[in-house]
Amino acid sequence: MNSTYYDPADLKKFGEIEEFQPDLAKKFFDYYGDVFSEGELTSREKSLIALAVSHAIQCPYCIDAYTSDSLEKGASEGQMMEAVHVSAAIRGGASLVHGVQMMNKVKKITM
Amino acid sequence: MASLAKQQHPLARSEAQINFLEKDCFIGPSFKEKLAEQGLFPLKPTEIEIFQMNLGKMCNQTCRHCHVDAGPDRKEIMTQETMLQCLDQIKSHGLKVVDLTGGAPEMNPYFRWLVEELSSLGVHIIVRCNLTIILANPKFHDLPQFFKTNNIEVISSLPHFTAVRTNAQRGSQVFEKSIQALKLLNKVGYGREPTYLLNLVYNPSGAFLPGDQLALEKEFKTRLKSTYDVDFNQLFTITNLPISRYLDYLQQSGNYEAYMENLIATYNPTAAKNVMCRNTLSIGWDGYLYDCDFNQMLDMKIVTNNSGTHISNIDFKSLQSRNIRIGQHCFGCTAGAGSSCGGATT
Repeated sequence: MNSTYYDPADLKKFGEIEEFQPDLAKKFFDYYGDVFSEGELTSREKSLIALAVSHAIQCPYCIDAYTSDSLEKGASEGQMMEAVHVSAAIRGGASLVHGVQMMNKVKKITM
Repeated sequence: MASLAKQQHPLARSEAQINFLEKDCFIGPSFKEKLAEQGLFPLKPTEIEIFQMNLGKMCNQTCRHCHVDAGPDRKEIMTQETMLQCLDQIKSHGLKVVDLTGGAPEMNPYFRWLVEELSSLGVHIIVRCNLTIILANPKFHDLPQFFKTNNIEVISSLPHFTAVRTNAQRGSQVFEKSIQALKLLNKVGYGREPTYLLNLVYNPSGAFLPGDQLALEKEFKTRLKSTYDVDFNQLFTITNLPISRYLDYLQQSGNYEAYMENLIATYNPTAAKNVMCRNTLSIGWDGYLYDCDFNQMLDMKIVTNNSGTHISNIDFKSLQSRNIRIGQHCFGCTAGAGSSCGGATT
């Protein structure tokens, strides 16, 4: 076992997940490739979405990969940080919107 | 910033770069092995379509990624005598495309004379203009009109549509001056009238590969038009090759290993078939011949059985049967969508 849970070198080994289950891995990687190809959204927009999601799920592999990918697709530093703020706003908002539930409960059980 | 040569930096020497890439910090497999896997070794030329002349290492900029190690402190420039020898070869072999590069080729005192000579031969002339040279001195202010008069295709570097990314690679205020120069080129018709081609070059400003050429072109066009009212024709994506100043950057920033691994992992067999060295002849400022501009900077002169290695004594037939010289740096031209002086190759 590694001495740490995350090793940057493991990112390059992502494809090796097929070793234990090739059929599902193939389906996943085919789907993955299709998702990120140019469509109604540009591949740059998709990369920025992926960067934002990477921060929301706090996946270091994904942050590493989609920082490089966003740069390769021409995104600016400002666009990338705005994407991270979108992630932060949704995560923060998700906590805060539950404040309404708390308020409802407070109002119900207090005079 | 001084050039590596001026700094007497170890990487200013081509042997040191080759040793670094091929021995001391070799990351495999070798380019030769990759070519051999698809039956492309030894790599052979197709037909010489582009005659690329490096008019010198002198430049008004000192870009961090420059594979030429060009700059204001470099004084090596092509003489008129060498230009005459080039013109003789262009004439006698009926070459159709001449690509003038540098440094800043416009700084060579015989630049305009050479362009007019080429123009009278009716060849297609490409000038790799760094844009800021147009504003660098009043004597260069009329370059847009000069380019137009001689029907030149202008190819200019602009690594990003933001100042921060461009200036990080090319120097302080380069973005602002480049936009000004682009406007001057637009004003005389470049990028706007169909026959006056203004193409931009995108080199990644860091240790990453270029993205999709068409998608980047679309983004650049939208951004440059909406923010600066600048027009251009095509965007060429060019991968940075791990030599000279860019190799120094990779080393200094701790990115060398990951970058080489990325180049190798994204090796594209189709791009390997289309590498520019197969249809280009590169002429150094001193008249020596190379398979490409990158081999030129590594001082890897062409090797043939019966031809000399200088423009004064070449035998075109022998050139056609030569083996193209290769090295680990060549992975830069075969990564992803491929890379050449004309952009992606697939």
